[in-house]
Amino acid sequence: MDKTVPDLAAAIAGIDDGMTLMIGGFGGAGAPIELIHALIDRYGATGSPGNLTVINNNAGNGRIGIAAMIDAGMVSKMVCSFPRSSDPRAFTEKYLAGEIALELVPQGTLAERIRAGGAGIPAFYTPTSFGTDLAAGKPTKEFDGRMYVEERWLKADAALLKAELADTMGNLTYRKAARNFSPLMAAAAKLTIVQASQVVAPGQIDPEQVITPGIFVTRVIAVPHPQQEEALIRVGAAYL
Amino acid sequence: MSKLSNAQIAWRAAQDIEDGAYVNLGIGFPEMVAKFQPPGRQAIFHTENGILNFGESPAEGEEDWDLINAGKKAVTARPGAAFFHHADSFAMVRGGHLDVAILGTYEVAENGDLANWSTGPKGVPAVGGAMDLVHGARRVAVITDHVTKDGRPKLVKRCSLPLTGVACVTRVYSSLAVIDIEAGRFVLREKLAGMSIDELQAVTGAELVIPASVGDLVVPEL
Repeated sequence: MDKTVPDLAAAIAGIDDGMTLMIGGFGGAGAPIELIHALIDRYGATGSPGNLTVINNNAGNGRIGIAAMIDAGMVSKMVCSFPRSSDPRAFTEKYLAGEIALELVPQGTLAERIRAGGAGIPAFYTPTSFGTDLAAGKPTKEFDGRMYVEERWLKADAALLKAELADTMGNLTYRKAARNFSPLMAAAAKLTIVQASQVVAPGQIDPEQVITPGIFVTRVIAVPHPQQEEALIRVGAAYL
Repeated sequence: MSKLSNAQIAWRAAQDIEDGAYVNLGIGFPEMVAKFQPPGRQAIFHTENGILNFGESPAEGEEDWDLINAGKKAVTARPGAAFFHHADSFAMVRGGHLDVAILGTYEVAENGDLANWSTGPKGVPAVGGAMDLVHGARRVAVITDHVTKDGRPKLVKRCSLPLTGVACVTRVYSSLAVIDIEAGRFVLREKLAGMSIDELQAVTGAELVIPASVGDLVVPEL
């Protein structure tokens, strides 16, 4: 079994108009910049994929990554917990102009909805957001004397993720806090696409060290020396 | 009227954190609490994005942008640190594993309701982990100026701003007092020595319960 693909274009094949995409990363840590930019390249060349729903903790920063996707006009809806950043212009302008939709989800609820999607659990109850505006319209229930809010699973057509180490079977490790949502998203998407800084042969990752087992991964593309979103922001990089 | 600086409020809150406690500090002002741990005590700090036992920011130029806190500031990993994904991180939060969460606030009500995520419908709403953090920690404390910039009470009968959580706050460290929330009431524990109870009540938006013994709120010059 070999899940590696030869180039970024092959890695993102099959991502189509109107799809829901999970994109790993919290701020700049774990953002799969090369995969995102490959998607922007395809959109620039072919006009597809557009009308995307993107699930990420944030809603882009500066003029690269998810912010550049939004600037390019590929994104119709963001599902996130914190659509602010050091330079949130791309999302803010479109949101205030009514050109992009927002589903605001508390961060832990976002994580658990994605986890549930990958684990085959359609709904769960959480104390988070009970009695607040973000629970409006959601069923609530009392358990052991305390009130909880029903939340539904989140699933995606595809996930774009960044790993540190992958073997050709799709087993993954991550780097420091770049792990964040990626192990959850890997399981919650039909097509899980991973860019890894290094790709090794099976057996080269100690099974004790595997964070995401390969069963959750569809494709692996080697991207040595990946760009780091925060480092790009700090030098004022713009992709478009 | 004299009042505590933000650093002094953070210092006072830090005195109640026990050695070895697992602690989450909200982004911004609450992060300052970490600076004032009493000598001989070391808390273990949790950040929502997946680190336990992170330490101070590295020197400029030494940042590793894969090693950041929830405020997206570069941090360091202390010996004994752990990395984990977001579902584990919020299991720590909601599952009752944190000893203390310390948050900033716009308003806190006498029944423990907290409003700290939204000032109303204008602009782009953002919530992050605030609504999760107010559930699960054994103690949920807020640190805050006692009044707003234009002098209105931040400790109120009922919050007027959108809620972060219902009946979740257990203690308030303000620029004038330390107040517990018990049985839906503000119970005064400490106040600045130079201030009368009447003066404190006048800038508090709900009735203070005054126990037999109220301590002086004493902090160092910082």
